[in-house]
Amino acid sequence: MRRIAVASGKGGTGKTTVAVALAESLSQDSEQIVLISDCDVEAPNVHLYLDPDFEQSKAVHVLIPQVDEDICTGCGICSEVCQYNAIILLKDRAMVFPSLCHGCGSCTLNCPENAIREIPNQIGILERGIGNGNIYLRHGLLNPGEPLTVPVIAALRKWNDEFSARIEIIDSPPGASCPVVEAIRRVDFLLLVTEPTPFGLHDLKQAHQVANELGIRTGVIINRDGLGEADIQGYCLDNHIPVLMTIPLDRNIGAGLARGDTLLEIYPEYGDKFRALYEKVDQMLEEAVGP
Amino acid sequence: MTQLVVLSGKGGTGKTNLSAAFSHLYQQKYPGHLALLVDADVDAANLALLLEAEELSKEAFIGGAIARIDPDLCTDCGRCQEVCRFDAVISREEKFCIDPIACEGCAACLYQCPENAIALQKQQAGEWYISETPYGKFFHAHLYPAQENSGKLVALIKSRAQEELENSSADLMLVDGPPGIGCPVISAVSGANVVLVVTEPTLAGLHDLGRVLETTTHFDVQVEVCINKSDLYPEGAQQIRKYCQEKGIDILGEIPFDLAIPRAMNQGQPVTKFDPQSQSSIAIKGIWERLMTVVEKHSTEKELIQVK
Repeated sequence: MRRIAVASGKGGTGKTTVAVALAESLSQDSEQIVLISDCDVEAPNVHLYLDPDFEQSKAVHVLIPQVDEDICTGCGICSEVCQYNAIILLKDRAMVFPSLCHGCGSCTLNCPENAIREIPNQIGILERGIGNGNIYLRHGLLNPGEPLTVPVIAALRKWNDEFSARIEIIDSPPGASCPVVEAIRRVDFLLLVTEPTPFGLHDLKQAHQVANELGIRTGVIINRDGLGEADIQGYCLDNHIPVLMTIPLDRNIGAGLARGDTLLEIYPEYGDKFRALYEKVDQMLEEAVGP
Repeated sequence: MTQLVVLSGKGGTGKTNLSAAFSHLYQQKYPGHLALLVDADVDAANLALLLEAEELSKEAFIGGAIARIDPDLCTDCGRCQEVCRFDAVISREEKFCIDPIACEGCAACLYQCPENAIALQKQQAGEWYISETPYGKFFHAHLYPAQENSGKLVALIKSRAQEELENSSADLMLVDGPPGIGCPVISAVSGANVVLVVTEPTLAGLHDLGRVLETTTHFDVQVEVCINKSDLYPEGAQQIRKYCQEKGIDILGEIPFDLAIPRAMNQGQPVTKFDPQSQSSIAIKGIWERLMTVVEKHSTEKELIQVK
């Protein structure tokens, strides 16, 4: 399966617009089964455009420790081994702070009295189904108030692909830290969507560095071209990143997306443009592999 | 004194442009009484680009640690791989080593290794700065790309700003928050008195507004909403008004789509300074005045004592 992720650094530059447009374009070509994984589990929006019937769901749990107070001797080894201050000794008894716990299991393994057992703490949910245009969609939802984004993304990406899709498109969260890393690890190609503003350029550099750290090939899509004067083309030229598409600043697009229309519903000609973009990406990947 | 945090859920709704304008308006209203400014979006930090920030000090941010296996001591027993829940122990040519990207620094492997062959190494994950701006002292940071612990870095710069708030004449800490609802957002909201959510009249904006409001219910904080690019999709703006009314949340104002905002951004200035007569500046001023009333109502102890 070929995996293409869409990221940006800055939020609101059009990641979801591009991910959906690419999925829709490839899915119009009936040979391709396209899966889109919305990894922006804090603020997932792909489903708003594809309107799927979610047929399956799965809870995401982190295992958190529960201390049996009758057995606990208050030795404090659990709090010594915990790197997140999620279990501390209070009045000679171990006390757990679930929201700080990463679920590593170290306290349980190290308790000399076997006084700790682990219980599942639900932090989010995964859902999947078929949306408009016969596109397979899956996404994760972090429960509001829970801080741990990464395990939800990891669970989503590990969820077995019952669709046997040939292409997976991953909509990444914004930013350039661990949730982005979890979303784009082990993809074949990364599309970076940016806008020609100082913010867009600044955050593009961040996202591009993440891709470099992970050794992922990238291409850039400039969205809302005309909005500002930041020299995205110059940055891409200097860093040998191909600019694969430019989408102009257009009020019709903004208003259409606001209503929940996809880019292809607003301007169907983007179907051909995105198929051409995919072919170019495909070519670049083939060349990278060599004959 | 008050901690005011600007959030959005969905990215790109205008948090940073609004925060910059608020910094400028506050300085205009209380020239001798500068606010403290914090950029809590540490992995895509942009507020500095609008504040003419001049760095006063810079410090390293030591994030988490990652495990390292000493190959001379390792006997290839594989216990580390057994206990690691983050798939961070990989075997290469029958030798075990740590994938630094996957490692969470939990140290479970370190305590289980029978040979004591594993150590934790502290990692510098970024830098944080205090800068001078025309609008007040500014606390900001740069998390290195692909790093963890953005929430910890947000907590760090906020706690430094809080110390300054308590020990200076400043009455307001203005925090430009990160998008989303996860770890750094929770760090940004902890300790806040007032949250302003900037949303936009799109399906996605409304959907993510709902998720932010669910998140803030976990905190004892006053929540206000404003709508940016409000004329982009009037029906969407109507849906947001209706939604907020049902939730009993006031909408402090609406800002029309206005190219003065990207123009100001290109000039590196708050829009209210760059073009005070623009539609957006006038709307932002109105929101700011209403927001200041809320801020005064929810300020805590220090200010009350000073007023007496």
